Amino acid sequence: MESAHWEHFEHDADVGVRGIGATKDEAFEQAALAMTAAITDPAGLNPTETVEIECDAPDDELLLVDWLNALIYEMATRRLLFGRFEVHLNGERLTAQAWGERVDVARHQPAVEVKGATLTCARVEQNSTGQWLAQCVVDV
Amino acid sequence: MDLSLLERKSDYEWWIPPTGEMRVPGVIYADEALIDGMDYKVFEQVCNVATLPGIVKASFAMPDAHWGYGFPIGGVAAFDAEQDGVISAGGVGFDISCGVRCLLTGLDREAIEIHKRQLADRLYATVPAGVGSEGEIHLSDSEMDDMLRGGARWAVEQGWGLPEDLQRIEERGCMAGAQPEEVSDRAKERQRREMGTLGSGNHYLEVQYVDEIFDKHAAEAFGVRPGDAVVSIHCGSRGLGHQIGTEFLKKMAIAGKEYGLRIPDRELACAPINSPVGQSYLGAMRAAINCALANREIITHLARQAFAEVLPEANLVLLYDVSHNTCKVEEHEIDGRPMTLYVHRKGATRAFGPGHPELPESLRAVGQPVLIGGSMGTESYILVGTTEAEQKSLSSSCHGAGRSMSRRQALKQWSGRKLQDQLAERGIIVRSPSTRGVAEEAPGAYKDVRAVVDAADAAGLSRKVARLKPMVCIKG
Repeated sequence: MESAHWEHFEHDADVGVRGIGATKDEAFEQAALAMTAAITDPAGLNPTETVEIECDAPDDELLLVDWLNALIYEMATRRLLFGRFEVHLNGERLTAQAWGERVDVARHQPAVEVKGATLTCARVEQNSTGQWLAQCVVDV
Repeated sequence: MDLSLLERKSDYEWWIPPTGEMRVPGVIYADEALIDGMDYKVFEQVCNVATLPGIVKASFAMPDAHWGYGFPIGGVAAFDAEQDGVISAGGVGFDISCGVRCLLTGLDREAIEIHKRQLADRLYATVPAGVGSEGEIHLSDSEMDDMLRGGARWAVEQGWGLPEDLQRIEERGCMAGAQPEEVSDRAKERQRREMGTLGSGNHYLEVQYVDEIFDKHAAEAFGVRPGDAVVSIHCGSRGLGHQIGTEFLKKMAIAGKEYGLRIPDRELACAPINSPVGQSYLGAMRAAINCALANREIITHLARQAFAEVLPEANLVLLYDVSHNTCKVEEHEIDGRPMTLYVHRKGATRAFGPGHPELPESLRAVGQPVLIGGSMGTESYILVGTTEAEQKSLSSSCHGAGRSMSRRQALKQWSGRKLQDQLAERGIIVRSPSTRGVAEEAPGAYKDVRAVVDAADAAGLSRKVARLKPMVCIKG
């Protein structure tokens, strides 16, 4: 089985973010990394600050969108960029930690601010080989 | 999009006759080449919007339509509350009341050229732009609520902007019916340090010159002459609008089910206008419109400060301010009957023709200025509203060029630094905190705004008045 990874997929005006992993938790973590990658190179981020995140939603797709939106809120209000995530899913509830650092415009060269995660192309599912996929389009 | 899916009414008007659950037809205003370049998803989204309860007349797509979330970007749809009509957060978009304003400077191109670099540096230093940038205005809780109720009028009262600006802003600078109490604490928190900031992505402040006049009469009425220098500002309601969009998208996705709404796609999340969620969104969305109007007014104030330092002889007079992501209550005549409708325009500009009572006295005879932003380094347009657009598109027109290439593709194809050098050779100074951002916004990653504007003109949605070309571009 392929190891956990993220990718972007095409959308006219915005960016599709997709996380793939052995578990749903991992797929959510990778989707968050894909979102960071739309802004800056996640590898260039130091894990100097930690943020705790909790959210809940009645189904997986809404929970994914909620998770990404919770990160967008933390990025916007704390002026942070996140490069590492640890997600724990428990039914309709998500608890997570995100590690990152304050935006340094010169060093991070943030390309764009993510406005919100949408239900467009939102999917959370397990494929025939058992891998999990979590994806949606984010508005930039 | 495959043309064979559409019924041709004219070279610029294409219909999708209602089938299945569609309550009204789809109508796309564009030429063959533009339609050919549209994603099939635009067709799907136009059809999906046509199935929503209470939709009136048609589900419209403007010449710059492209794949959005739920509604197409470039989509216009009006709903009747009396017929169980709905309101949709996705039909307005995340950047509520994103829009464009254009200011005359009283100077010509040559006067700017001499001090161009200095002016670019001053504007870049004065107007906060880009990810993580902060404004100098930090609002307390009560000031925040006053801003959300008052819009640009509030900004002027605080000394940011001039009283005479207000009559040149839609709703005279203040959207009625705003309810700050419907705006969450999180949305307000997200806005706290973002007043007077441009944001990022396709938002900009440009100093431009008038390259060509197409309609002498309208140009005269607008005070626009060939070679004049103008300032255009494109931005929206910043973090507050984004957060409201985010929260109501979820609320509506959940509430829609409870209200028993049958919607073809989840991303079309909406709620009946006459429902608690619908009314709550209206109050919050109108507050976000005021936030956007206040934001553009403050940025105008900052631009005036920068000009005063470099070119004190400049006199920045607001030509007009339009919003292109909104839902507004308007009177329209449908099949000979006056109706009060909730008109969603997502990536579409309201374009009132001559004589419309909403227009200020000084513009009523000629019609509303319709401001169309191009991509960085290309061109922008001033158009004017037409009488016939009322029948055609509920007085709506296009809003910009629209992307032809994803950000990722653009990043592969262009280097931000090189692009900045190339534009500088053509006399366009770009100032941006992010070279990656510049690459992703490369002019070549956008559709030809000229084709979009020509189609809007030929379809009668609005008429071309003037073409603007950039000299200085401040990018987020």
